[in-house]
Amino acid sequence: MFSVPDLSDLNAGAALPAIFLGAYACLLMIVDLFIPRTRKQITVALTLVGLGAALALSLLALGDVVEFGDGAVAFGGMYVADRFSDAVNVTVLITAILGVLVAYNYLERIRRQRSEYYYLLLFTTLGVMVMGAAGDLVIVFVALELLSIPLYILSGFRWPQEASEESALKYFILGAFSSGFLVYGIALVYGATGTTDFRALWQSIGQIVADDASSKYLLLVGTGLVLVGLGFKVAAVPFHMWTPDVYQGAPTSVVAYMSVAAKIGGFAALARVLGAGMGNLTLGGEAAAAWQSTVWIIAALTMILGNVVAIVQSDLKRLLAYSSIAHAGYLLIGVAAVGTPAVTDEAVRAVVMYLVAYAFTNVGAFAVIIAVEKDDASNTGLDSMRGLAARQPLLAASMAVFMLSLTGIPLTAGFVGKWFVFKSAVAADLIPVAVIGVLTSLVSAYYYLRIVWYMYFEQGKGEAYVPAPLAWAISIATVGTLALGIFPYLLSDLANGITLAFGR
Amino acid sequence: MEDISLVTVVFMLPLVGLVLMLLFARTEQGYRWGALVTSLVTFGVSLLLLRNFDTGVSGLQMVQKVDWITADSFTIRYYVGVDGISIWLVMLTTFIMPLAILASFNPIKDRVRLYYLFMVLMEWAMLGVFVAQDLFLFYIFWEVTLVPMYFLIGIWGAEDRIYAAVKFFLYTMAGSLLMLLAILWLGNKAGTFSLPDILAKLETGELSFSTNTARWLFLAFGIAFAIKVPMWPLHSWLPDAHVQAPTAGSVILAGVLLKMGTYGFVRFNLPLFPEASKTFAPYVAVLAVIGIIYGAWVSYGQKDVKKLVAYSSISHLGFVMLGIFALNPAGIQGGILQMVNHGISTGGLFLLVGVLYERRHTKLMSAFGGIWRAMPLYSGIALVIVLSSMGLPGLNGFVGEFTILLGSAGSSVLSWWFTFFAAIGIILAAVYMLYMFNTVFMGALDKEENKRLPDLNWQELWSLVPILVMVFVIGLQAGYFFKFMDGSVQELVDQVNTYVMTAAGQ
Repeated sequence: MFSVPDLSDLNAGAALPAIFLGAYACLLMIVDLFIPRTRKQITVALTLVGLGAALALSLLALGDVVEFGDGAVAFGGMYVADRFSDAVNVTVLITAILGVLVAYNYLERIRRQRSEYYYLLLFTTLGVMVMGAAGDLVIVFVALELLSIPLYILSGFRWPQEASEESALKYFILGAFSSGFLVYGIALVYGATGTTDFRALWQSIGQIVADDASSKYLLLVGTGLVLVGLGFKVAAVPFHMWTPDVYQGAPTSVVAYMSVAAKIGGFAALARVLGAGMGNLTLGGEAAAAWQSTVWIIAALTMILGNVVAIVQSDLKRLLAYSSIAHAGYLLIGVAAVGTPAVTDEAVRAVVMYLVAYAFTNVGAFAVIIAVEKDDASNTGLDSMRGLAARQPLLAASMAVFMLSLTGIPLTAGFVGKWFVFKSAVAADLIPVAVIGVLTSLVSAYYYLRIVWYMYFEQGKGEAYVPAPLAWAISIATVGTLALGIFPYLLSDLANGITLAFGR
Repeated sequence: MEDISLVTVVFMLPLVGLVLMLLFARTEQGYRWGALVTSLVTFGVSLLLLRNFDTGVSGLQMVQKVDWITADSFTIRYYVGVDGISIWLVMLTTFIMPLAILASFNPIKDRVRLYYLFMVLMEWAMLGVFVAQDLFLFYIFWEVTLVPMYFLIGIWGAEDRIYAAVKFFLYTMAGSLLMLLAILWLGNKAGTFSLPDILAKLETGELSFSTNTARWLFLAFGIAFAIKVPMWPLHSWLPDAHVQAPTAGSVILAGVLLKMGTYGFVRFNLPLFPEASKTFAPYVAVLAVIGIIYGAWVSYGQKDVKKLVAYSSISHLGFVMLGIFALNPAGIQGGILQMVNHGISTGGLFLLVGVLYERRHTKLMSAFGGIWRAMPLYSGIALVIVLSSMGLPGLNGFVGEFTILLGSAGSSVLSWWFTFFAAIGIILAAVYMLYMFNTVFMGALDKEENKRLPDLNWQELWSLVPILVMVFVIGLQAGYFFKFMDGSVQELVDQVNTYVMTAAGQ
């Protein structure tokens, strides 16, 4: 018989930032009904207030100023509020704030200023937060849907423009498809182990490995399908096909947010599931987890394809789509390193640092595209960058910083992220994939530098429209990218002490 | 908090200047003078380094060491200092920069503010490379030097500037990325990224790698440095970058950036991987000698003065490499002095080319002839610098090349053939340099447009006079310069030799 748990046993307080944001989003939906259509800036301001408050709560938790709840485990192990989830919360909330700032004037310009945009964005953010705190495969799935469904809608926010509709439909169909893989994978894992809870999963897997039971094959297939499902979300090769089309067609403000938030969610889930749930899934007495080789091969393919195909792109949004595929590859190196028990902590921290760096950099880069984009969604070609430095020196300087950061040049956040990810790969003895990583970084330098040279070395119209909120977003992103690069200990101090609860 | 060391002060001054310029300079003139004053103050303070330098100490001096990033398994430090190997390269950087900035006053008319910001940033990054003792710190500045140079070539360069800028960036980055992996591997194994700590651990045997690993690591570092030097056959970025860069860019490239490569070999490859250094020495020396002859040969075939000077760099840097891989005190000391000499002479040559280019907007030798009659002061200075680059006794180039040849002749790892072929390179240097001087400065002043060329203006004169002075000072007082290196180089050679001896004894 089921026993109904006492409410006080739930330790719901531990999930306070997420619960707050969820409640706030619901409340905003209702409050918004009473805000007249012409005064939607109030909704925007309320959204920012909500995100800011949630960010403050998360920062308090991350800085160990206040401890919400009693210990990390909440809802009977469904929700884990450890330092990892705090870091994920902070990262995604900063991303969301930047996402709102870049969206406001853009939506005004394309005449799609509707409040749905803002509370859908809040729900997606909530999805990412829950994903980073998942302690159970079922929660991973629920959070993934909470993250994805608002994004499907947001991608089509520019209806009746065909590209936007196509983007939404494509994203929805492929997303639903990948959810199917994930659920099936979870079902098989459940079939092999009889549980979806990470703690029980770990023990059960330990037993299967120790006994060398035949259910390990079922388990492996299940793990593979989970990898496929999450691989779709983070746009890893060969599950990346949707990315360029969706990124190109969706409203740029959505892409700015989505390209980062979906990655944070996807990689947080990968780290949780693989690191805390299945880290001990070893075969044949090897020290490293069985999924490690699969992950690093995917990482290698992702880096190679993303970077090589990005070279020939002539549209900025498409180029950054391939670049985001490539960066999924670098992050996957870190995930692969999680599979070596001695390096797990270091690798998880590296992934977190990379995500923080990527958040500032990539939202910033898309924000610059928003600035040059015309109201009819045109002028997103590489040519729009020509001569930008002469007409818009600060905008061009910011873009140059983002491009150097994406390349991984020192004194930018991107370098610090790459340094730690490659360091964890070397520590995990994954030298070949690290070599592929640095060589593809070289390839990426070409197309990122091309944007810099279009801006600085060539002549052009260099037209851009930078209203105040967008300027704020770009400034925050630039300062963040530079500060984390010049003072790398900011990132490493943030990451120090992160260990996945459960596991080991 | 410990006291701030003088090295930190010198190293951070350009950054302070950069911030002050951003905050207070309002006009283009402000940026010009801001950059010049910054570089002059940096030079002035760096002279104190020489005064405070204790030549009796072989290790690092004026060290500053602060923990920067601490993680569970490793530490990264802000760790700076100078020793006999790096002191002259720091001095070279602070010496060249004011000259390069002064020489930019006339030619640079476009986007002036950005230009001087990049110049100051450049100085900061180069100083960082030479004072950093932590591999993380070193790598940061090694890579950061690419960025301002990319912009300097790309914005203010000649016709093919974009191609040259991108090639420069990608070529050098290709090498450094493999070095990055080697650094990560080393740091991971040692638990620290500080070079002195790693060396200490190697000495006590706490850290050791197999012969094979050491050779791979040697190559990973070595290729990065070899591209920067550049050693034949990895040199193809250099002629493009040099020729397309604005005058000051070429001066910095030749004067300082190339030395980062040779310095890297001395600082990292020799002490970290002594066995591999000894094993690879003959191969490196072969490439060095090929570079010497090839560079000289190709120089002779050039029609463009700037290209000629660019290729001559490959030849001169070949000498430096030969000296370093002689693996004895004479060779390495000669190599280090020759780095400084090349910075001064070739930097001077590029300044001279810049003067001509400013007046005629061409660099073809055939466009000139008999310049001596039109510009006597300029031509007189040019003669001295050309002779110094050739290695005329009494001037700086001779001391360096002669010491290198002494070193390579007495080397236990290199055969005398290397010395023989390198000596041929000296003769070839005389051939192409004098041929160039003859075509441009001598003969009849027969071109109408050359007859009214104005002689040097004060900025050009003042950017050349210090070089002239140093040509004589180093040429006549080389002992003073060697005195600083003695201790550190001797210790380095001992490190290399003891290791190889103990390895052989086992």
